[in-house]
Amino acid sequence: MHGWSGKILTVNLTERTTAELILPAEVYQRNIGGKGLCGELLFDHFRYVWDDPRLPLAFMTGPLNNTSSPTSGRMTVMSRSPLTGAVCDASVGGRLGTVLKRAGYDGILVTGRSGDWCGLTINESGVALQSAGHLAGFAISDLHARLTTAPGMQSGAHAMVGPAAENGVRYAAIVFDGHYFAGRGGLGLVMAEKRLKFISVSGTLKTDVFDRNELKLAREEIYRLVAASPVLTGDLGLTNYGTGALYDLMRSRRMMPTNNFRQTYFEPAPSMNAYAYKKRYATKKFGCAGCHILCKKVGERGEIIPEFETMSHFSALVGNADLDAVVAANRVCNETGMDTISAAVALATYAEITGLQMTPEVLLKMLEDIACGRNDGALLGQGALRYARESGRPEVAMVSKGLEFPAYDPRGAYGMALAYATSTRGGCHLRAYPVAHEILRKPVATDRFSLSGKARIIKISEDMNAVVDSLTACKFLFFAASLEEYAKALQGVTGMRTSAQELLKAGERIYYRERIMNARNGFTAADDDIPARFFRESGSSSESLRIDPINRSEFLRERAAYYRIRGLDDQGLPTQEKCRELDLPC
Amino acid sequence: MLKLLHKYQEKLVGHGLCEPGKPLVGGVNDTVIWNRPDPLTAELEAIIAALNINSIIFARPTEPFFSILNYHCRRSDAELVPEDTETRTFLHSIPVARSMAAAEIVPLLRKRKGCVVEGHGVIAFGTVSPEQAFVVFSSIIFSAFVKFFVDYAYARHAGVADMAAAEILPDVLAAYDRFLPAEADADLESGAFTEEDDILRAMARAGQATVDARMVDSFFGNISYFAGDTVYISQTGSSLDELEGCIDACPIDNSASTGITASSELVAHRDIYLAGDSRAILHGHPKFSVIMSMLCFEAACENRGKCHIKCDKQRFVADVPVIPGEVGTGPRGLSNTLPPAVHGRRGAIVYGHGVFTVGKKDFRDAFASLSAIEALCRQTYMRIIAGPVQD
Ligand code: SF4
Ligand SMILES: [Zn+2]
Repeated sequence: MHGWSGKILTVNLTERTTAELILPAEVYQRNIGGKGLCGELLFDHFRYVWDDPRLPLAFMTGPLNNTSSPTSGRMTVMSRSPLTGAVCDASVGGRLGTVLKRAGYDGILVTGRSGDWCGLTINESGVALQSAGHLAGFAISDLHARLTTAPGMQSGAHAMVGPAAENGVRYAAIVFDGHYFAGRGGLGLVMAEKRLKFISVSGTLKTDVFDRNELKLAREEIYRLVAASPVLTGDLGLTNYGTGALYDLMRSRRMMPTNNFRQTYFEPAPSMNAYAYKKRYATKKFGCAGCHILCKKVGERGEIIPEFETMSHFSALVGNADLDAVVAANRVCNETGMDTISAAVALATYAEITGLQMTPEVLLKMLEDIACGRNDGALLGQGALRYARESGRPEVAMVSKGLEFPAYDPRGAYGMALAYATSTRGGCHLRAYPVAHEILRKPVATDRFSLSGKARIIKISEDMNAVVDSLTACKFLFFAASLEEYAKALQGVTGMRTSAQELLKAGERIYYRERIMNARNGFTAADDDIPARFFRESGSSSESLRIDPINRSEFLRERAAYYRIRGLDDQGLPTQEKCRELDLPC
Repeated sequence: MLKLLHKYQEKLVGHGLCEPGKPLVGGVNDTVIWNRPDPLTAELEAIIAALNINSIIFARPTEPFFSILNYHCRRSDAELVPEDTETRTFLHSIPVARSMAAAEIVPLLRKRKGCVVEGHGVIAFGTVSPEQAFVVFSSIIFSAFVKFFVDYAYARHAGVADMAAAEILPDVLAAYDRFLPAEADADLESGAFTEEDDILRAMARAGQATVDARMVDSFFGNISYFAGDTVYISQTGSSLDELEGCIDACPIDNSASTGITASSELVAHRDIYLAGDSRAILHGHPKFSVIMSMLCFEAACENRGKCHIKCDKQRFVADVPVIPGEVGTGPRGLSNTLPPAVHGRRGAIVYGHGVFTVGKKDFRDAFASLSAIEALCRQTYMRIIAGPVQD
């Protein structure tokens, strides 16, 4: 095969055995890689709850990793979420995707549970499990430093879990190469439950490319589109400002979640924008392997500059106007290895219920409490919904399927309301990302205050992003390029003949399979919803811009249309007919 | 949705691309709706069913575009590959079908955003909005038009008589006459402007005038004004005739990134302002300027084929420089090539792309220069093809 290595490493931590799984070429072609392969391999094991040793944790690369295709450094991690019980996958950057291919594997499938903390190393001399008890309790940067100085691992790549995962935080992350997060839904806790502390990989193999010239042409097309994209490489775009570039825009569109989504406008925001970080921290850019956009920012003294969601939630959402406190809060989450979005929403829920003011001191102390499982932090580490329920106020948790919302208020972009509701992993913006057209005008602008026709757009975008996460490429690139250019890159790499629309069909199958997995675990239409607040309360209007509640019946009408378009019944459940069409077991 | 379908039907007609009542515009959510009934919708719905799309346009373009498309179809096997920026960047190629059968068209649309159907017209689709279909539709027409004239001039120059093109040329030119403004003049306000409201109004008027004068195919082009420390610029993908709410105010020190939605040419515009004393910039894609930019008879140039990025010759149409440069900020981007080229001049033509003109205080001179450059290019082209065939 070209593009794929053709081998997946399986690891059973209970038995302490490893093996190689060889899948037929057809399985690769159908699932592409990343998210698609993860779904294929997890499908039959998805009834297990998150702490059942039989539940697999999958790390899968795609055919483009370790080639010159743009943004080909990413990979997908998937398992069942301890936070939501739903499908949980994360596209993650860094270098592990590339290096795993160099080590000769398309992915790693971990099952079982080790007696003691252990680590998995993969290098030229083979695959080994080693004890890792001495690494428990280390902050992520220390742990990462240890792993990179291990013999033969200087140029390796590493995935690890930190103290938050050790302490049972349900939104603990897996941290890659010190900075890149498989952040959402608690994949870190699944890994910690298996007592797997780290994975370290090094390798030097090349990935075979079918037609270098075709890949080169595709790459030129993609680069040309990236250069033409203001959102990516424009002066105000991601290359210069990182994802924080969105901050001013969300403020001006009056859709910045403020005080736990009770308002949508945060007065101090102009002094906390990406420009403010750039000036204060003299930021430089860095990014994932194989990427020339480089959207990550680091300060002069090594401070990791928060991403947009983190910037927004640790300021507006919790009512904090101190820039340094945002950076410090981000550092606590980074060092302990937990998702900033869920942590911030849990704290905002706490602030709403208790009336507590989030001063910088309170903010940082509570984050540490969450990571350590101390005081009220222990319950907040179980997620906003569990905490709100315990407090008798479940309606205050801003979640969908139990996953906390990121920094886009759906009252300012109605497509987002439907996208949050239908996302297979819950309150997540990345499945359909309607902000692209509703706010960023890409590929063209749509009316952000209308639900009309959004069902199909959301469905197509979910299919598209399922492909992107299977390739595996970076979603940001799709502000500029499209599957048309990536189909060509995929052809160049693998030799498989395909097209934008054929890839979308593969994406539809990959996404529908996740609906089946959720349905088997009891998810229904009742879970495809967003909190009542968004239908009842207005956001923060100005004289010229009204932010009204979303019309509930229009929302339900559009969701029903979504079900029809997706081939689900009116309860949002899979149908025999559609399963047959997509060749999936029902 | 229906409103959108009618909007783009009207635009196709308003821009002279289709006859009234002709365009078929379909929108797809859980069902398909059409702007009007037509026997063809059944076949088009078969196409829709095979694709993951949310909108489709089919129409027979007006003359001279229809004849030009059919001319290209007769001479191409599977697709045509014009070399203008629009094709290079977004369309890549234009596939050709010979019939309206879904079985023939679906495989083409699996790969590309639109196609030409010989003897029938153009089909284009969108995944988010019929606006995409409209853009692809008009891009195909633009690219095919430009290619026709560029190829014809080169063929003449090479001494190869293209009889088929020569035969339709008089009709094509006659039909295109109605696209020339009777008088390239517009009633634009005089500046300088300092108040935001005045700036936005002046920009909206100049944008509308540019579209009315057919110097841009609605969707394309951009416009900006510089006042105080701020560049006011049209948003990416905004129509110059619909600028209300689509202008971003971008501080020149980049202290706010609200303008992340601003045109991809923000940097080029800003650098032109910083290096000179102009206050207004207008950018359109008048067709003969684009055609002339792509005509270069330099013998044995080692950069031929890469003119759009590599051309290092001093090229001019009269006093107007013709420069290389790709859209945006890349190393070979317009943001690097354009500002020095327009310095001290009324404007510049970017290879295969369009014209940028500057105004001292307002849009009056920028607009007049844009019209004048297009008229100049058209005359120059006519002179070239009227001359003796080279041998
Ligand atoms: S754009 Fe950012 S997230 Fe995407 S691949 Fe590049 S560096 Fe990574
Ligand atoms: Zn242009």
